Amino acid sequence: MQDVKTEKKEFTPNIVAFCCNWCSYAGADLAGSSRLSYPANVKIIRVPCSCRVNPMFVLKAFQQGADGVILCGCHPGDCHYVTGNYYTRRRMALLYSFLNYMGIEKARTRLEWVSAAEGQRFSAVMNDFVKTVTELGENKRLTDLRVKEGE
Amino acid sequence: MKDVELKVVERAKALLASGEVARVVGWKKGDFCFDPSPAVFESVEELDGLVYNWFCGANLSKYLIEISKKEGKTAVFLKPCDTYSFNQLIKEHRINREKVYAIAVECLGKLDVEKIKAKGVSMIEDVEVVEKEVKVATAYGTETLHKPEVLLTKCETCQKTHQVKDEEIILHERPARDVDRFAEVAKLEAMTEDERFAFWKEQLSKCIRCNACRNVCPACSCVKCVFDNPASGISAKANDAEFEEQLFHIIRAFHVAGRCTDCGECSRVCPQNIPLHLLNRKFIKDIDGFYGEYQAGEEAEGKTPLTSFTEGDVEPNDAVDGEAK
Ligand code: SF4
Ligand code: SF4
Repeated sequence: MQDVKTEKKEFTPNIVAFCCNWCSYAGADLAGSSRLSYPANVKIIRVPCSCRVNPMFVLKAFQQGADGVILCGCHPGDCHYVTGNYYTRRRMALLYSFLNYMGIEKARTRLEWVSAAEGQRFSAVMNDFVKTVTELGENKRLTDLRVKEGE
Repeated sequence: MKDVELKVVERAKALLASGEVARVVGWKKGDFCFDPSPAVFESVEELDGLVYNWFCGANLSKYLIEISKKEGKTAVFLKPCDTYSFNQLIKEHRINREKVYAIAVECLGKLDVEKIKAKGVSMIEDVEVVEKEVKVATAYGTETLHKPEVLLTKCETCQKTHQVKDEEIILHERPARDVDRFAEVAKLEAMTEDERFAFWKEQLSKCIRCNACRNVCPACSCVKCVFDNPASGISAKANDAEFEEQLFHIIRAFHVAGRCTDCGECSRVCPQNIPLHLLNRKFIKDIDGFYGEYQAGEEAEGKTPLTSFTEGDVEPNDAVDGEAK
């Protein structure tokens, strides 16, 4: 059996985007209604706050086949719950640096602040991230067959 | 060390005999001099089996989570490194401080019997240490080893001091050590991504998922643990050739980030000699670099780096190796 994913020229990355309900998720909506495009391979997961994202979510996304994971939250100071995104910022700064320490490409992880009014920014951020991850190629370093069962 | 041990046993007996404490947590004589194990002593007679020697590396603080729930006070012997774990557990409301009588006991570094054996020394009968010389009495005669080469890895870079004490047993001055505990981490950081990946792949592929590192860790003391949940998909050994057990190790290290006191117990107990402290110290180094120096367990109250923030914190996209890049 041949794995089509390994043919580089056909490679379209799997991107998981965790988007905060109060800002970037609405930003994605605005991008849509303003007819701004972002790649279809970005799979958005709506979360009540960027702070809801536990490092385990990011790891699981990678291990279930994501090639890049991006978190989007409200700009610092604008969190719907006042301070959630500040905790996210620390958590992800440490996680991303740690993954890099283990030899997992840092560019596969990203965090961007996108407000509900920034449809344009949402689309630009996603296009840019998809481009970066496409250049990196398939994620082969954060895998674990145990969590891929049933694929 | 024998004089310290005498004092340790004497104090333990006195405390128990007077009824001041209901039990003592210490180290119990094993079959050899090099295998004492943590134990709870409940009578003066039992205390004849209490030892304090060069192999008492085990950190006793985690046992107090359960023991401090019992009736009466518990006396415990704590080395400098152990007191940080003790404080951290108080901070997390896991130990009832009022029910513990903490005896700060001196430590001039503990020895690693595996390192001694690796030097070709066997049939060990007794060990005495004079300054930097370790004299090992064996069935074949006495061997002399250089102490820094046979210390437990956690002791090589230890500069810790007692943070907690109700009383102390300190008979000898400890010479100051000046070793950079982050040197190894920095070496890894300086490697290329591919080299780092290869390094960790090789190390973590040795893991047999015995969970000893989790079980011994004072910071890893949740009542329910994700690694015990079969539905998590990571409760058993991985069958992945690419990078075995990385998920377990990332989660384990992240879970104790900001709470790990660097007591070094994980690396000490790992049967596969995986340098787990290099994972924990990476988080410590990054926290120091991003948010200012922080030593978990120095205080018994206050917030940890991951439960606090400042408005100007570094952005994750720019944050690498303790700096904004
Ligand atoms: S880490 Fe420090 S305090 Fe702990 S056993 Fe080693 S030398 Fe003693
Ligand atoms: S103690 Fe070592 S072998 Fe056991 S689970 Fe931990 S890292 Fe793996």
